[in-house]
Amino acid sequence: MGMEGIGQRVVRKEDKRFITGKGKYTDDVKLVGMTHAHFVRSPHAHAKVVSIDSAAALAMPGVIAVLTGAELVADRIGNLICGWMVHSKDGSPMKMGAYPAMAPETVRYVGQAVAVVIAETKNQARDAAEAVAVEYEELPAATTVAAALAPDAPQLHPEAAGNRVYEWSIGDKAATEAAFSGAAHVVSMDITNNRLVPNPMEPRSAVANYDSGDDALTLWTTSQNPHVARLVLSAFYNIAPEHKLRVIAPDVGGGFGSKIYIYPEEIVCLWAARKVNRPIKWTSDRTEAFLTDAHGRDHISKAEMAFDADHKILGLRVHTYANFGAYMSLFSSSVPTYLYATLLSGQYVIPAIYAEVDGVYTNTVPVDAYRGAGRPEATYLLERMMETAARQFGLDPTDLRRKNFITSFPYQTPVIMTYDAGDYNASLDAALKAVDYAGFPARKAAAAARGKLRGIGFSCYIEACGIAPSKAVGSLGAGVGLWESAEVRVNPVGTVEVLTGSHSHGQGHETTFAQLISERLGIGIDQVSIVHGDTDKVQFGMGTYGSRSGAVGMSAIVKAMDKVEAKARKIAAHLMEAAEGDIVIEGGEFKVAGTDKKMPFALVALAAYTGHNLPDGMEPGLKEGAFYDPTNFTFPAGTYVCEVEIDADTGKTEVVNFVAADDFGRMINPMIVEGQVHGGLAQGIGQALLEGTVYSDDGQLMTASYMDYCMPRADDLPSFDLHHTTTLCPGNPLGIKGCGEAGAIGSPPAVINAITDAIGHNDMSMPATPAKVWAAIHGRAAAE
Amino acid sequence: MTTVSMTVNGRQVSADVEDRTLLVDYLRNAINLTGTHVGCDTSQCGACVVHVDGRAVKSCTMLAVQASGSAVTTIEGLATGDELHPVQAAFREHHGLQCGFCTPGMIMTAVDMIRRHGGQLDEATVRHELEGNICRCTGYHNIVKAILDAAAKMQMPAAAE
Repeated sequence: MGMEGIGQRVVRKEDKRFITGKGKYTDDVKLVGMTHAHFVRSPHAHAKVVSIDSAAALAMPGVIAVLTGAELVADRIGNLICGWMVHSKDGSPMKMGAYPAMAPETVRYVGQAVAVVIAETKNQARDAAEAVAVEYEELPAATTVAAALAPDAPQLHPEAAGNRVYEWSIGDKAATEAAFSGAAHVVSMDITNNRLVPNPMEPRSAVANYDSGDDALTLWTTSQNPHVARLVLSAFYNIAPEHKLRVIAPDVGGGFGSKIYIYPEEIVCLWAARKVNRPIKWTSDRTEAFLTDAHGRDHISKAEMAFDADHKILGLRVHTYANFGAYMSLFSSSVPTYLYATLLSGQYVIPAIYAEVDGVYTNTVPVDAYRGAGRPEATYLLERMMETAARQFGLDPTDLRRKNFITSFPYQTPVIMTYDAGDYNASLDAALKAVDYAGFPARKAAAAARGKLRGIGFSCYIEACGIAPSKAVGSLGAGVGLWESAEVRVNPVGTVEVLTGSHSHGQGHETTFAQLISERLGIGIDQVSIVHGDTDKVQFGMGTYGSRSGAVGMSAIVKAMDKVEAKARKIAAHLMEAAEGDIVIEGGEFKVAGTDKKMPFALVALAAYTGHNLPDGMEPGLKEGAFYDPTNFTFPAGTYVCEVEIDADTGKTEVVNFVAADDFGRMINPMIVEGQVHGGLAQGIGQALLEGTVYSDDGQLMTASYMDYCMPRADDLPSFDLHHTTTLCPGNPLGIKGCGEAGAIGSPPAVINAITDAIGHNDMSMPATPAKVWAAIHGRAAAE
Repeated sequence: MTTVSMTVNGRQVSADVEDRTLLVDYLRNAINLTGTHVGCDTSQCGACVVHVDGRAVKSCTMLAVQASGSAVTTIEGLATGDELHPVQAAFREHHGLQCGFCTPGMIMTAVDMIRRHGGQLDEATVRHELEGNICRCTGYHNIVKAILDAAAKMQMPAAAE
């Protein structure tokens, strides 16, 4: 293992540009003749667009065009698609209403665009947008699942009767009913998973350029998957054929799921750039981001768990209502179904599971995947139930979990997934040791002496990463394959370029992917560059989400490297007149085992390109590509323990200790892995304590800025105590499981379980604001 | 339009801008220094922090004309040639950044924090004084470590205010 190889805490190559202000984000792009777009957005949650009068705006300084939804439809720009078909339990396909990039007739959420102003400067576009006179006829709105399912609810789309998108189910209903009828104990809970706004710090942005000479378009955009954006823009939105559209996702300032999707603004800017024959830039302001970025979570569930007399789980029954917002977003249909209900077995042997999920339209921003996507919702539900059950039974919550852990692998759950490897007792042991569980009663007493309520809460999570295989997800309705591609190009001087279809927006691929090459070839990471995020450079890829870059993206690089190395060995053997099997790669040199013959890798590379002395019949050059389709998801798991102290006078909760013990399989760069966990924990603790998206009954977003939506700040969080156990993933060549979502998945139940432990009863919802916690302590109805 | 002149990173600059132009837009658009970022509309996130006459300022909260005649330092002006400022180096060493978008503002805030407190910083103070800067990636854990380490290494006396 080299100093920069696998397992080393190598500082990041990409940091240099970020810490010196030389990062290149989409809003930093400037083109000659560039104009600026500002969208005219609906102030109503539900309304008919009666008329749009652009005359006054068009007369204002610098204004080039005002374009409306009607013109978009006239130009046959396609409606936004949902890429995963889910069928209801009666076999019927999900019911979807049309989702135009700008609304020509009806707006269904506050912030939906109806027109766009193109002007010479950003301020001119903004000023003119104010002057576009839109007449609306307001309609009644429904912002919650309950309101949308009420008998007299306003109907959002004619295609979806009763605002129901689907009524889906998974598992064995009869077996589950039987489990409950034979149960000694049944634990029931109503559980809400609060709606969140992803809030990457870089707001979404798009720069569109039309080259009339080549009849070609280029889009710089804040995307997690530029190739999928190009494919969808070409295949479904009628923007341009794929070979005439280049999509570049340069430095992207965080995504967390919200930048997976193709948004209306990207479609409109491309369409408009061709229409006005000028480059166009649009950059979201933060309130626009709150109003238009896909939101996350928003589940309401009724859950019941059946146990036998010995407290072994017999069955789980769940009915979940998922709020989809006003339209189906790109992957939204899969989040509360195949990414959620398939994880409802958690770390436990649950012989029978039956889950029903009703997807519902409401007059709110479309909801889609947000860090974890379905797995946090499943984990929150299960881990709240396990803790509550333990208290109901008078058992230690860790004992109840151990009694029900899956201990033999592979393990087939009743809800599709086959867990390949894990050791759940090991992570629980590691967490308990780190947190000094035995010392908790003394810490609680000491806190009480200081007038504080101290509680401890657990969460034993599992997640499914590297969503896969293509064949399996295809059979479940996915419209895309979930493989990844890579190409390894060795230059004649021995430096290496790796082209990957995954995308880095903070995950450090430029370093970790280079570490893999360093490990294989014994060269320094500075000899390696990672190319990603540009459809003109990389042939195709599926981008980054669901912790797929390591497990799937790096596996594709391994496959390409295997080919490169095999050819390089042949060349080296030929040059040194040795047997191929005797070639050993060590410290950047190709050596002949048992002799002092050796040559540096750079000379092998040079020989490949000079081509003067290669084995007979060998093609010159050293460049190989590969596509890798995984055989299964990967299953990271772990135990999180949270200790809180609550001020009973104010209801304020302080997280005083947070221990995470994760099993991510092999870690390429533990420093980067730990950073991913830290960030996930902050988002999960944020969800548990601070973050909540609030709509008024008539559909106004009340939390549409950082003045109103409580983002976790440095003072809200502790330093984290991280530990690792390791079972390698048997399904990919590196044994990687993935780490990106773990923190956000595992932490919310640990925090809420700790609060309920402190206050002495189980009734607490997220976010556990001081007002709610105070009310829970003092027995008053919480002001929502 | 008004002609706004100032010293940015030691260089005299001048540009004609609308009176309503914010300092951040002046830096990013009029003089092409795009290291300073815009992350919100309400002066909450701190991605736009620069130094005006040596003090940390949210450049989305100040008009360009208000900064006219001042000495402004942006993230691009912090390193000395190829030598990183100790705070920049500490952020890299401690993995205090991921997507890098909040990082310029974080670093400028941290430099001013260390200027005011010298080597006397503790974790509680750092966390409290970072409240004006939001990071969505790192959970702050490594940012706090980086600032404490940089403060210790710089061993500065606290500035007299």
